[in-house]
Amino acid sequence: MTGIERINNCFTGRAARKKCLAAFLTAGDPDLTVSETYCRAALQHVDLLEIGLPFSDPMADGPVIQAAYKRTLSAGTRLGDIFAMAQRLRTTTEKPILFMVYLNIILQRGLVRFLQEAADSGVDGLIVPDLPPEEADEILGMAHQRGLGLVFLVAPTSTDERIKLAAVKSTGFLYCVSLRGVTGVRTKLGTDLPEFIQRVRTSTDLPLMVGFGISGPEQVRQVTAIADGAIVGSALVKLLAEGEDRDENLRKLGEFLSALKKAAE
Amino acid sequence: MSLPDKAGFFGMYGGRFVPAELNAVLDEIEQAFHQFKNDEDFQRELNYYFKYYVGRPSPLYYAERLTNAIGGAKIYLKREDLNHMGAHKINNTIGQVLLAKRLGKNRIIAETGAGQHGVATAAACALFGMECIIYMGEEDTRRQALNVFRMELLGAKVVPVATGTRTLKDAVDEALKDLIANYKTTFYMLGSAVGPAPYPAMVKHFQSVIGQEAKEQILELAGRLPDYLVACVGGGSNAIGLFAPFFDDKDVKMIGVEPAGRGLDTPDHAATITLGTPGIIHGYKCYLLQDDEGEPLPVYSIAAGLDYPGVGPEHSYYKDIGRAEYVTVTDQEAIDAFLKLAKTEGIIPAIESSHAVAYGMKLAAELDPDKIIIINLSGRGDKDVAEVARILGK
Repeated sequence: MTGIERINNCFTGRAARKKCLAAFLTAGDPDLTVSETYCRAALQHVDLLEIGLPFSDPMADGPVIQAAYKRTLSAGTRLGDIFAMAQRLRTTTEKPILFMVYLNIILQRGLVRFLQEAADSGVDGLIVPDLPPEEADEILGMAHQRGLGLVFLVAPTSTDERIKLAAVKSTGFLYCVSLRGVTGVRTKLGTDLPEFIQRVRTSTDLPLMVGFGISGPEQVRQVTAIADGAIVGSALVKLLAEGEDRDENLRKLGEFLSALKKAAE
Repeated sequence: MSLPDKAGFFGMYGGRFVPAELNAVLDEIEQAFHQFKNDEDFQRELNYYFKYYVGRPSPLYYAERLTNAIGGAKIYLKREDLNHMGAHKINNTIGQVLLAKRLGKNRIIAETGAGQHGVATAAACALFGMECIIYMGEEDTRRQALNVFRMELLGAKVVPVATGTRTLKDAVDEALKDLIANYKTTFYMLGSAVGPAPYPAMVKHFQSVIGQEAKEQILELAGRLPDYLVACVGGGSNAIGLFAPFFDDKDVKMIGVEPAGRGLDTPDHAATITLGTPGIIHGYKCYLLQDDEGEPLPVYSIAAGLDYPGVGPEHSYYKDIGRAEYVTVTDQEAIDAFLKLAKTEGIIPAIESSHAVAYGMKLAAELDPDKIIIINLSGRGDKDVAEVARILGK
């Protein structure tokens, strides 16, 4: 099965009331081995896993994820190790695994080489937060050739025109940014979220996943009432960063994710 | 020819590689910039403040004693150091604050490294009664404590940035994030000809007054165009301001001077165009000092204002098409030039501008006396006097 098919399957045939839950974890935080156990644990509960690749200037990310990336980089995690981790995860699951990766990491590796390594490692798709859809054609063609999907983001500030463009180019779903700001744990969702989702809905039939600032079951419930799924990131990264012990962290992660899953369904 | 293209590219450089949240915000700034840059009222107001507040035109000064001491080409200095607040930075902040005013935004944010852009921003905000927040790397707030106080005197709030390397790069990150969250009330006043479109084009536009004046002035003083333009390049705003109006004058050679710090064979430099490779930082493509996995490298220069791992996209393009040449000058050479200009002309240049002076002197020595060099003296060196004294053991 290609990555594109795996991402699409995650949404097609899903019963209407069953919403999708995606987790975002950072690769290599606090080190690669431990983060791999967290990814495995998350895959037991969620429908889709996003793995964040460390970058020192993560424009779309708030302090929680930025700090995680810094820990990862300080631990000396290399790109090759992350691909190897993805490959090991692939042998255990048919759920989609996506990389969240900033564009410069891809370009510096070499576009062809990065995409090939991603495809070879069983990664299903990429979310590149600093790649606007209007600049994406070259990378999109090369990714699709290798069965890799590309997922685009839209925000409340996005014009209808840009939303349409992102939707046309996005694989499987459209990533809707819930708020005006960067990633992070927020206590409340933006009041204009329903209106925004409504606006995106009129532009595309793609499933809509909402992320940024989602911190717990209550928000997952609110989001899945109006969209097709929720993406939880900073709240997980924060939970793991605050815990001291790996086994304890695994237990808490499992509990938290199953509560979120329940809320999504 | 018209640079950049519609999508904000200079050749393959520049553009806008930003998260979705930021794209619409930049659209708004871009539209306002294009609407007002040629608007008569806007022009009139800009020229008024340039003349009566900044003190423009800045003189083009024939450095006769320096020229004679070297015994080569004639050296002219474009005296941006005589501008209000002592540097070229004010040209850009006055331009952008007028734009912010027209957009009805009363909260201004900016990044600063050495503090020069922060001070120029704070002054412009004081002048227009706007709220001013300056992001500055925590490390830089310590190194440039005097400029922090100067900004505070002018009514700005200085926010130390404790993430990443705690320097300019991280201050830009924080300012962009603030913009994403608060764009409805906030205008981001970027200080150099870098960043996502439209910033490189906009900063160039406001700084081009340097080159436009220099062109008129040299024609008046020497009756012809210069042979060389020399300017220091960190992000590259003073250089592009001088260079761009001469772009089509093919006989005028342009030389950008990058900081070699403690030497190009050490990691302690910021010679981005000289040693970098194409990459993306802060939402635009340019030459970038980066490691093999795409992380920006730590950079260093004695001149805090040149200490940045990226560089303006237009300079990256000029380099590739051969329109400008980029060379380097070490800390030591910059200090020597700083001392030399002070002694021969009674002018204390900013340590940033001293890089341009150092290369300009080297170049003059190799040329015939009928050749003309214009060096952009982008700022004055009062801020550097204590540091140079320390280095000299005084």
